[in-house]
Amino acid sequence: MDLNSYLIISAILFSLGLFGVITRRNGVAVLMSIELILNAANINFIAFSRYSGMDFSGHIFSLFVIILAAAEAAVALAIILNIFNNFGSINIDDANKMSQ
Amino acid sequence: MTGINLIFWFIAILTIVSGSIVVLSNNLIYSAVSLLFTLLGIAGLYVFLWADFIAITQILIYVGGILVLIIFGIMLTHRITDVTLSQSSNQQILGGGIVLVIFLGLSYMILNTPWLENSAVEPQETIKQIGNLLMIDYLLPFEVASILLLAALIGAALLSRSSK
Repeated sequence: MDLNSYLIISAILFSLGLFGVITRRNGVAVLMSIELILNAANINFIAFSRYSGMDFSGHIFSLFVIILAAAEAAVALAIILNIFNNFGSINIDDANKMSQ
Repeated sequence: MTGINLIFWFIAILTIVSGSIVVLSNNLIYSAVSLLFTLLGIAGLYVFLWADFIAITQILIYVGGILVLIIFGIMLTHRITDVTLSQSSNQQILGGGIVLVIFLGLSYMILNTPWLENSAVEPQETIKQIGNLLMIDYLLPFEVASILLLAALIGAALLSRSSK
């Protein structure tokens, strides 16, 4: 349980999220992968905060990341709903036009 | 000490396995449920890092808010008759290769950097410190975040409204 194990776990989660963003074609699945990436960054912030002698700035940063993730999820799901209403599916390869 | 290590690695493996189910499963509901376990495991890691307030915030906002929102999104964007809720992935081999290269580079960097480790401090009360920082040093970002959340609320409501 030293700093390296947290960083490796975070790197694995980041790679999984990146793999999801690259390969998945469903909008909601891409959104879930982005949440994985944000959480990996948060683990890094908290781990560095803990192992630099409890500097609480890392906690504040991860709080702001969580706030931004909440706002991003709400707006992204609204956009995905609009794509579904306009194109009939949420395959993000189909949504290649700005308007109908 | 070994018991604590055992719990830590159990949580770590739970996080990673359910995280891989999130990106590999073909059923979106399975992905959403394993995202739940991933987020809970990450909250457990925060507890190991003495960040109890962040752990509770993680459970409240991610599990209670964002995950419910994502499941709503899945339900609203699939037809009820579409039982499997399946989805397709493409270019898995190419994407997997690229991601593997990035992961190996990250691991090499992590294992070969002499990190400054100062782990001999005692656990402190986190809520008081976070409150002090938010109200003194980070007051402006805190207020800007409230405006951002209001804008996101209005924007999401406006975007998801059905057009006349």
